[in-house]
Amino acid sequence: MQYVALVYYQERLIEAMSERDWHDLNQECLGCVERLTEQGHFITGRALQPVESATSVRRRDGETLVSDGPFAETKEQLAGFYLLEARDLNEALRLAGGIPPARLGTIEVRPVRELPPKDETGDPS
Amino acid sequence: MPDPVFLASLYRRHAPRVLATLIRRLGDFDVAEEATHDAFAAAVSRWPQEGVPDAPVAWLIRVGHRRGIDQIRRRQTARQHAHLLIPDNDAAEEARVIEDDLLRLLFICCHPALSMPDRLALTLREMAGLTTEQVASALLQRPAALAQRIVRAKRRLRTAGIPYEVPEASDLPARLSDVLGVIYLIFNEGYSCSDGERVVDVHLCEEAIRLGEALAGLLPWGEVFGLLALMRLHHARREARQDALGELVPLEEQDRRRWDGRQIEIGLAWLARALALTPVGAYTLQASIAAVHAEAPSAEATDWDRIVRLYETLLRVQPSPVIELNRAVAMAMRDSPDAGLALLDALAERHRLDDYHLFHAARADLHRRAGHREAACHAYERALALTVQEPERRFLSRRLAALGRADG
Repeated sequence: MQYVALVYYQERLIEAMSERDWHDLNQECLGCVERLTEQGHFITGRALQPVESATSVRRRDGETLVSDGPFAETKEQLAGFYLLEARDLNEALRLAGGIPPARLGTIEVRPVRELPPKDETGDPS
Repeated sequence: MPDPVFLASLYRRHAPRVLATLIRRLGDFDVAEEATHDAFAAAVSRWPQEGVPDAPVAWLIRVGHRRGIDQIRRRQTARQHAHLLIPDNDAAEEARVIEDDLLRLLFICCHPALSMPDRLALTLREMAGLTTEQVASALLQRPAALAQRIVRAKRRLRTAGIPYEVPEASDLPARLSDVLGVIYLIFNEGYSCSDGERVVDVHLCEEAIRLGEALAGLLPWGEVFGLLALMRLHHARREARQDALGELVPLEEQDRRRWDGRQIEIGLAWLARALALTPVGAYTLQASIAAVHAEAPSAEATDWDRIVRLYETLLRVQPSPVIELNRAVAMAMRDSPDAGLALLDALAERHRLDDYHLFHAARADLHRRAGHREAACHAYERALALTVQEPERRFLSRRLAALGRADG
């Protein structure tokens, strides 16, 4: 199965970090990705810019509404994601627990939903 | 010839075992559950003529497996379930694997990815083999709501990809502690609900003990024995902890002749087995404390010093303000109420306990013992304002009234 591991932490903890600690954390994350890749668990993943750079968009009644900021103000902010290949939830949780920021914040693990096959006729376009 | 009572008890005893194996073989909780019911239905119709088979569980599993595969075929998903069509009882592997099926079922019912109420409901329904109605009545919920909860929990097991397996060695201690937590919660639900006002045919305390014993047979770890000891030793006091009117009787005022000697004996035997294994865990330590009470001829003759030391060890294993509170009370019993009150004041400075009813109840009790009437009344009132459970409320009100102040 595929699981997304969403990495959350309080950005102010990161802001308060020394240059050195921030560097070390990033190196640790690179090492984690390398290890997961070697083991065949890492499909893709990215670190995100701080939440102040987020923009949200939605469409209502044919109108596009753009607003500054994240979808939801939360105590911990979304900082990155991993797409993982794991046998089951137990393995996914074990892998997610090894993501370095699990020590600082929270990793949310969600199974990926496969979309149904595309209809053969009646292309909506 | 099997009569309905025989079949009901057969279902209760064997349904979890049959279900546990069918989930693994059929790979689907719901299909397995339907197949289990089909198998028991087949037994009801066939055993009266054919007689009860020598190995009823194996018979039920075989029939259930066949019915389950039929059901899957009817759903036309056999292609995806080709792996199920293994010959059903000739693999030597199967005999070994089947032993672990009940553990698999227990670990999946108590998986930390489920909410606590989900874990309770699933464990009682699937692992203890109770009906939805029985579980609902024992947990004071409406059957329809409980059935909904179980459906949702099973869906979550499926969509989240929670595996049907005994956890790997590295995860086992943490996962076992989740399972023990669920069993102890079931026990405590039974303990706090037994106020004599409800008529139920299921006693959660006894269900919890049964689950614990099943687990002890499968996974002989020290903390499993420790929890069993703790539950038995508490269960021994069930007759003495309420009076003829169903009112709560505190430990020191309980008539110890009404404690159940047989339960105590069994509890102490589990405790001895738990203490023979290291490291000694939190349940075993709590059971050791309960054992000191069980062996004391009276409240005054209790070895409070030993209880204080046990609480100190427990605090190192499992630091918590609630355990600190208990230790302070034990120290008050050993030394003096004033010493205990000083400890409680110090405790309140380090932790937020002002909204915790037992903190105020403990302070009230120590003030009462020390003869501080005003302070005791004040603390009882505070405790009363924070307590929800009726029997506890009535107990606090009685204490307050005895001090010459009604609780308005």
